[in-house]
Amino acid sequence: MNLTLHVWRQVDAGAPGRLVRYEARDVSPDMSFLEMLDVVNEGLIEKGEDPIAFDHDCREGICGSCGVMINGSAHGPMAGTATCQLHMRSFKDGDKIVIEPWRARAFPVLRDLIVDRSPLDRIIQAGGFVSIATGNAPDAHTILVPKQDAESAMDAAQCIGCGACVAACPNASAMLFTAAKVSHLGLLPQGQPERDRRALGMVTQMDLEGFGGCTNYGECTTACPKEISLETIARMNRDFRVATFRARPESAGAGSS
Amino acid sequence: MSTPLGFVRSTVGRKVMMAVTGLMLVGFVAGHATGNLLVFKGPDALNAYGALLKSSAVVLWTVRLVLLTAVGVHIWAALTLIRLNQVSRPVAYAKHVPQASTLAARLMRAGGLLLLAFIVFHLLHLTTGTIHPGYTFSHTDVYSNVVSSFQVPWLALVYIVAMVALLAHLSHGVWSFFQTMGWNHPRFNTARRVFATVVALIVSLGFIAIPSAILGGMLR
Repeated sequence: MNLTLHVWRQVDAGAPGRLVRYEARDVSPDMSFLEMLDVVNEGLIEKGEDPIAFDHDCREGICGSCGVMINGSAHGPMAGTATCQLHMRSFKDGDKIVIEPWRARAFPVLRDLIVDRSPLDRIIQAGGFVSIATGNAPDAHTILVPKQDAESAMDAAQCIGCGACVAACPNASAMLFTAAKVSHLGLLPQGQPERDRRALGMVTQMDLEGFGGCTNYGECTTACPKEISLETIARMNRDFRVATFRARPESAGAGSS
Repeated sequence: MSTPLGFVRSTVGRKVMMAVTGLMLVGFVAGHATGNLLVFKGPDALNAYGALLKSSAVVLWTVRLVLLTAVGVHIWAALTLIRLNQVSRPVAYAKHVPQASTLAARLMRAGGLLLLAFIVFHLLHLTTGTIHPGYTFSHTDVYSNVVSSFQVPWLALVYIVAMVALLAHLSHGVWSFFQTMGWNHPRFNTARRVFATVVALIVSLGFIAIPSAILGGMLR
């Protein structure tokens, strides 16, 4: 099939960008979206033009590297699917496809379809970890985890950090990403010692990075390739609220007046 | 970061403040709508209710100050968050298709501003009596104020439109309240949506019944 692409081209973060029209000829419906872009890029290289820059790595939907806005929806029209797992059979011959980078103040465009997602890394650094004793691996089941908690934690842990939630949110909010990380560790016994600090630290860092706030539109969970639930955001809101009121001033240890 | 100031500065904290003040205002409109329905019991019932509300100046002004504070905090939190959300995406998409958001959710900002304008209008109309097209305002005869004003079609229409805006605002707001407070559970999520819709419908239809009945000639 033949498609008309309108792709965002931008040389670097400082340069102005624009949508450029390309014709994609003889696209197989069995290609993935990224393979279609590879074929278009081959053509551009043969003509001596710069290929379209886009992020990608595993191409099997688990690394979180890829992700573009396809006709106005993050990762395109398939639910629960990253851009690399979207196939061209989702489109029809003659379709016009608008391809844009994620748009957010916190995600500056580096080149074409590539944005800087390091704000998500800094949110993780602010609390997305657990401290554990090193040494020999503990025996299995030393720490018991209720089955349902393990399931819920794994659901949240599926987040691949692609940034589609930010891209899809009308407020460019990173609540779903942050909430997935807060939930995934906060649901497990190993995550309890740092639970309060985690919620406070990650939400504070999220705000510092310049993301918007949540207005409960639900666009994020619909765009999410891992279908992370809005329940995680509620859990983060609760953890943040509880942690704020439970926190003691650092100078006031237990027992001091 | 875990200070009261940090909480107020954070996006999550301001949403919680919006949710809590929103709950107070929902409680108020629910009570207000219930009291107003006394109009259907006749002039004496409504006027006695009006006199009861004004019987203690201390209670009246305490309630008014609490409500004014709640409205102030609700609007302050909303405006600062709206500002943040507007600057969070400096370059708009050439094409952006909403996939999930409800109409009610997308109307929260415009509807909220409309309701603010309506509250000012409503206070000038039925509290102070500054606006009284074609009739004489009485500070004691609440019934005659209500009936005379809603016989003016444009005035009745202003109230009906504002209450449709309230319907939309509450249907998203009440549902949102639970999410912001962190009460989201698969077992209760359907009930939460139903509850929000029912509260919004009862309150707004309760209000709308009055101008509609008067405009239709049922009350005179």
